[in-house]
Amino acid sequence: MRSIMKSSVAFVSFLFTTSTIASDQQPFQFEAMAAPSHTLPALPYAYDALEPHISAQIMELHHSKHHQTYVTNLNAAMKTQAEAVHTSDIPTQVSLQAAIKFNAGGHINHSLFWQNLAPASSPEAKPSSAPSLVSQIKSTWGDEAAFREAFKAALLGIQGSGWGWLVKVETGAEQRLAIVTTKDQDPVVGKGEVPIFGVDMWEHAYYLQYLNGKAAYVENIWNVINWKTAEERFLGTRADVFKLLKTSI
Amino acid sequence: MNSTMLRTSAARSALRAAAPKSSTRAGLAGTTFVRGKATLPDLSYDYGALEPAISGKIMELHHKNHHNTYVTSYNNFSTQLEEAKAKSDIAAQIALQPLINFHGGGHINHTLFWENLAPTNQGGGDPPTGKLAQAINESYGSLDSFKEKFNTALAGIQGSGWAWLVQDTQTGNVQIRTYANQDPVVGQFRPILGVDAWEHAYYLQYQNRKAEYFKAIWDVINWKAAEKRLK
Repeated sequence: MRSIMKSSVAFVSFLFTTSTIASDQQPFQFEAMAAPSHTLPALPYAYDALEPHISAQIMELHHSKHHQTYVTNLNAAMKTQAEAVHTSDIPTQVSLQAAIKFNAGGHINHSLFWQNLAPASSPEAKPSSAPSLVSQIKSTWGDEAAFREAFKAALLGIQGSGWGWLVKVETGAEQRLAIVTTKDQDPVVGKGEVPIFGVDMWEHAYYLQYLNGKAAYVENIWNVINWKTAEERFLGTRADVFKLLKTSI
Repeated sequence: MNSTMLRTSAARSALRAAAPKSSTRAGLAGTTFVRGKATLPDLSYDYGALEPAISGKIMELHHKNHHNTYVTSYNNFSTQLEEAKAKSDIAAQIALQPLINFHGGGHINHTLFWENLAPTNQGGGDPPTGKLAQAINESYGSLDSFKEKFNTALAGIQGSGWAWLVQDTQTGNVQIRTYANQDPVVGQFRPILGVDAWEHAYYLQYQNRKAEYFKAIWDVINWKAAEKRLK
């Protein structure tokens, strides 16, 4: 019974996000045990828009298959988690932590990643779209080239699957920039940490096009970094950055 | 300085020279290390020999590029480690440990992996016999049930890594264990059979459908090689 009710709640939330709400649709009310259902966010550009730097085939698989799988598995884990919370089943709640972190991390990381990429020919792909950020990059690393070298070294130093991020770290009134690498799908969600832009270093992010030549992928990704988004995240708060996740519930 | 140069040129000539087949099969304890340097072992089958389970293109890139990079990097960091030791630079030695683990592990894992695969016309996929078959049946009930649990373990790896059938050197029992990235099976456990779950091991052929790769690989598992590793 409960699982049927929960499924219908998930279905209603799916209808909401796809804007096909019937007028007599009941507003959705989550019971204590129900978990909201997350959905795959649409890309802000076409699959082939990042070519030749990232092929359409990679983008399509990456978005419609890989990201979708994180969303699907996150929803499944959250559903089980909600049941475990409802029944005060602590061991189950704890045992679900790894799956939630991995799949929620995958959903968060990819959602941020799509937004911090842009077609190479667009004005957003120019560092001049991020005057404040670039100014702090220069004062931190000396110049843009030195920053890119440091970022590249961090990305190529990842052992296994993971991500590289430019992060704004806020401590009280102070703020600084840092290059951070994370393993697997660990997201950048620490206190005071604002992810500015990320680069996916899982092999699925480049292998069909670059094979084992990941240095070339890391070189070419600079052509499609969305500096406008980066500037907005840099000037905004942590809550602003993660707002986009709420739109895909 | 001189010794470094000599070692480098020895490594290069060793990499270029095709090792005799017999020494390739001798494996880790054999001649994949020449004068203290690791060399890329030859495969005992052609790149295309594992098709359709694993494509020739995957095998070629995986062996010639990926495995070779682990060999080259391992040798490089190994040399740096010796230099740090010579200078009694403990901080540098410790800083090199993760790199030795990763690249040395990559070399060990791939060397064992190539050996525990075989084309179907050379015994690939033929079920285990003798002591190993018995150990698997005792622990998992049947070979099919073992494969199912092994594939579940493979699918559960979050990120890059390997799944291994290992033997516990303390109890002699066999069990399935997963390892992150290139962490090798060392210490308490002895590697019996490994499957590479890095995306580069299957992506060109299977893309995101990794479950299909895990299913297909059993057609080319060399159980005879696995049996020889069991003590």
